[in-house]
Amino acid sequence: MNITRSRQLELLALLFVLVVLGAACRTQDEVLLATTTSVHDAGLLDELLPRFEARTGYRVKPLVVGSGQALALAARGEVDVVITHSPQDERRLLEEGVVVERHLVMYNHFVLLGPPEDPAGVRGLSDPREAFRRIAAAGAIFLSRGDSSGTHVKEMELWKAAGVSPAGAWYQESGTGMGETLRIASEKGAYTLADWGTFLALRHQLRLEPFVRGGSMLVNPYHVMAVNGARFSRVNAEGAAALVQFLLSEQAQAVIARFGTRQYGEPLFIPAAGLTEEELSGGGR
Amino acid sequence: MRILVQGCRQALSLLLAGDPEIWEITCRTVAVSGSATALSVLVGLPLGFMLAMRPFRARPLVVSWANAGMGLPPVVVGLWVSLMLWRYGPLGRLGLLYTPVAMVLAQAVIATPLVAALSMAGLQQLGERVKLQIMALGASPVQAVWLMVREARYSLLAAVMAGFGAVVSEVGASMMVGGNIRGHTRVLTTATVLEVSKGNFEVAIALSFILLVLAWGITFLLTVLQQRNYRR
Repeated sequence: MNITRSRQLELLALLFVLVVLGAACRTQDEVLLATTTSVHDAGLLDELLPRFEARTGYRVKPLVVGSGQALALAARGEVDVVITHSPQDERRLLEEGVVVERHLVMYNHFVLLGPPEDPAGVRGLSDPREAFRRIAAAGAIFLSRGDSSGTHVKEMELWKAAGVSPAGAWYQESGTGMGETLRIASEKGAYTLADWGTFLALRHQLRLEPFVRGGSMLVNPYHVMAVNGARFSRVNAEGAAALVQFLLSEQAQAVIARFGTRQYGEPLFIPAAGLTEEELSGGGR
Repeated sequence: MRILVQGCRQALSLLLAGDPEIWEITCRTVAVSGSATALSVLVGLPLGFMLAMRPFRARPLVVSWANAGMGLPPVVVGLWVSLMLWRYGPLGRLGLLYTPVAMVLAQAVIATPLVAALSMAGLQQLGERVKLQIMALGASPVQAVWLMVREARYSLLAAVMAGFGAVVSEVGASMMVGGNIRGHTRVLTTATVLEVSKGNFEVAIALSFILLVLAWGITFLLTVLQQRNYRR
């Protein structure tokens, strides 16, 4: 009698596994999207993706990672679509033929944040290079993402443009996402570079003040790219193309334009379908 | 301090309101970690039996692996399971990465050494004489195994609890192989990490409460099962 009971238990366990297996194995109509924390965390994808799914019947699985990791996944054909904000690396993937399409979806700006005491005296500056130079000269703590995300890449670009190679006790790397980095910077009273959207979303929890914002040097463009289905046979190229098309559609662009206005008083992203990067940096605030 | 009090209060109201998403995440957590524990018992218990009962040449080596495996870091497991399951990895054809199945597999890998090593220790405790006694009483091999399991049930259930506790609380492997996809692979631990990064501490606190209650509740059930004949 006891033996049959143990058999029953084993069967139950097996059944459990099978149910989970069965629930998970409907993968044909799935589109795997790798994207950055800044696009996801504020909730923009939760607004956009259900509309796309309702319209096309595809099911989107968003993986939220940094731009660096998203592009690395794309380079191996592990995902179907990427939305990132790391223009240089994106262009490289396009040239290498890893992705077939690359379109500007939206943009906002990076912002240099710091403690209200402003030990490096960067308040009122409009040139981020000058601000970076002053931070380095003052040896004020600067917290870097240090994770090859789009924000990190931008930060390295700015250090280079400022002619400073950041190193020393004042230059620290968090190795975490944007939200976490902002919180650490706030606790430490450090300067840091962030995208405006994430800062806006977390602003009320932070003891950080925006010092340098806007301008062509701090434009933060988000591009959507479809991974090359001819190169990677397991990529869902049709689903990828459909998602790209949707994100550039009037419907999606309208959602982006009003996203965040109710909660944060201003939109987190500015829709930019059809524009080019050059037009953006030329016409930046 | 304020955030702590406020967080706890909001967490309670979230729980009492029975938010459907939180409920769904909780159910998925039980399903995934439960399946993983069941799988690890199916593999780990026979392995523990073999290690406890059968002397073979490579035994010390395998035992040391099982013992060392108890401390297997979840992120390492996550990385290796990911490597296996990538679209262009050895098992890529199955399309399992970023599914609950991948999470079950990774968690089972984490729990199996625990179950194997602890059940081995429990069975060894019985000693050779119990085994001989059982055989001498004319038990068939199947009956003998069952009697051994009965004799060692305290240790074996402890092994199961340790396995479940390890997988329900780990975040690294689940995050890596599951991808924390909303409505698909989000479990309590990965959801907690996400909510903290989004600055929603109240939700994170609520999730951590559920996780604690869940881990304790399941362990409690197993403990009742383990201790029910204690007075005898």
